[in-house]
Amino acid sequence: METIVAVLAGLLVAGGAYLMLSGNLVRYILGLAILSNAANLVIFAAGRMSEASPPLIGYGAKAPAPGVANAVPQALILTAIVIGFGLFCFALTLAYRVFYAMGTARMDAMRIAEPREENE
Amino acid sequence: MILVWPILIPLLSAALLLLLRRWENVVRWGGVVSSFALLAASIVLLLRVVAEGPVAVQIGGWEAPFGITLVADLLSAAMVLITGIVAVAVTIYGLAEIDRREGWHGHHTLVQALLAGVCGAFLTGDIFNLYVWFEVMLIASFGLLVVNGTKKSADGAVKYVGLNLIATFAFLSGVGLLYGVTGTLNMADLSQRLEGRQEEVAVLVSAMLLLFAFGAKAAMFPVFNWLPASYHTPSVTTSALFSALLTKVGVYALIRTFTLIYDLDVPLVRGTLLWGAVATMVVGVLGAAAQNHFRRILGFHIISQIGYMVLGLALATPAALLGAIFYLFHHIIVKANLFLIAGAARRMTGAEELPQIGGLYAARPLLAVLFLVPALSLAGIPPLSGFWAKFLLVSASLEIEAWFIAFAALAVGLLTLYSMSKIWLEVFWKPHPDGPDAITGSVPTAMMIPIVGLAVLTIVIGLGAGLFVDAALIAAGQILDPQAYIDAVLGGRE
Repeated sequence: METIVAVLAGLLVAGGAYLMLSGNLVRYILGLAILSNAANLVIFAAGRMSEASPPLIGYGAKAPAPGVANAVPQALILTAIVIGFGLFCFALTLAYRVFYAMGTARMDAMRIAEPREENE
Repeated sequence: MILVWPILIPLLSAALLLLLRRWENVVRWGGVVSSFALLAASIVLLLRVVAEGPVAVQIGGWEAPFGITLVADLLSAAMVLITGIVAVAVTIYGLAEIDRREGWHGHHTLVQALLAGVCGAFLTGDIFNLYVWFEVMLIASFGLLVVNGTKKSADGAVKYVGLNLIATFAFLSGVGLLYGVTGTLNMADLSQRLEGRQEEVAVLVSAMLLLFAFGAKAAMFPVFNWLPASYHTPSVTTSALFSALLTKVGVYALIRTFTLIYDLDVPLVRGTLLWGAVATMVVGVLGAAAQNHFRRILGFHIISQIGYMVLGLALATPAALLGAIFYLFHHIIVKANLFLIAGAARRMTGAEELPQIGGLYAARPLLAVLFLVPALSLAGIPPLSGFWAKFLLVSASLEIEAWFIAFAALAVGLLTLYSMSKIWLEVFWKPHPDGPDAITGSVPTAMMIPIVGLAVLTIVIGLGAGLFVDAALIAAGQILDPQAYIDAVLGGRE
């Protein structure tokens, strides 16, 4: 199972990198979103997958019954998803603002902060 | 409990300032008050660490290594102190520079949020928690970059956001792999569990992913491009804050992880750090030589100086690490001050493009002298702080007979002097292209106070270098022999 998820993560990185290289800001951001999901899968696979019961602690008990899944990778991924979602929203808003201000989504054409040198 | 305050104070005041944003003056001065409170808390923390050695606190009552630990050794505590100093300087400067609109859009709130993220990153003892603080810092810096609402800063932000997010995901994957190998996230625990397992493939891959991530945050070669693309675009207050703290958090994370968790003796890690550092020094200073914009020159110099600090880590001798730590401190103060002076010069002359301005020496001799202090310190002229920083690193590399590296460090210092004299000639010495009457008004007091304060601090570090070197020696000792740190975190849990 880990192997399949690892290969899937690799494919997602490849797809994300392809989108990011296209030179279009919107595609770049979508590529980043795919990359963030690949990172989440890496944590998931590295945390070992097993057929186990959910890590819930029964009422009144102080520890879960034996044979529950490891909850730490899930907690890490949950945190990473929330953070990734926030960053993704910011990036999309920024892309919209930039497109609105410059009239283009091509990253090579965005040269306001670093203008091309005049030929001297 | 003192460990919590440097994080809690800016975090609470960020929330409070957001609620109070209707009252403009309350928010402006609230930021200054909060920065002073942070400075006070950091002084108390430093005194405690000096007296007792590394201190730790387990958040939420969960014992290490299961819960999240906050821990401060001398390096962490000193970094928090310098964050407090920079916070005070920058917020006072912001009183004069940040206009109503930028304040309304959340500048003051975001500064405090950024400070919380920076202090959290310095104080955490848990690698996933470090990731979270990096994100707090990152999202606050995204906001700060765009709140002045110009096209230029939006353009800079695209590059900054796009490239930093890649590093973020590399960081996350590295942490995931590290957890898969060891089953723990506590850095002290990681240090113990990885003993003798440094050459395993998964450990090496996670080391390289973290090296890439922290290297990108610290603006190392070849992943520095986000810095010169964005640091000159926001308000000067924001630039100064970024230049002082953001890249240095990356350097701090490199020092922490590659001494505590990973072993520097692995040739792949050591070689990458070493030659990455040399390339960073050289490329940064050459990039600066080609620029004609005040703050862009300074931006490229940040990259070059980051190279020196990483070099100290990569040489991996006690003397070199001592040099790196001393460099870290000296650089934060000097670089923040240079950015603040760039802002004052812009206020006086109306631009930042070197050919368009000039004549400041004749019009404002005091400002010119104040520029010379950090500029000469950056280039390494004795007796200012930068001389000792470079001296420590060069002598450390001569000690292990790394001739080429010592030569590169000296040559880069010379080129830094070239850049600084270029700024001096263009901005201060040559007459203003619009004639001597182009410069009117005076530098606001709120701008002068932090500039003078940081310049005095630069001179104090230079003249009293012995004291600071001794402190850096203790900090380096704690880093190279982390047993006290580990004991503080795990608390004799053997």
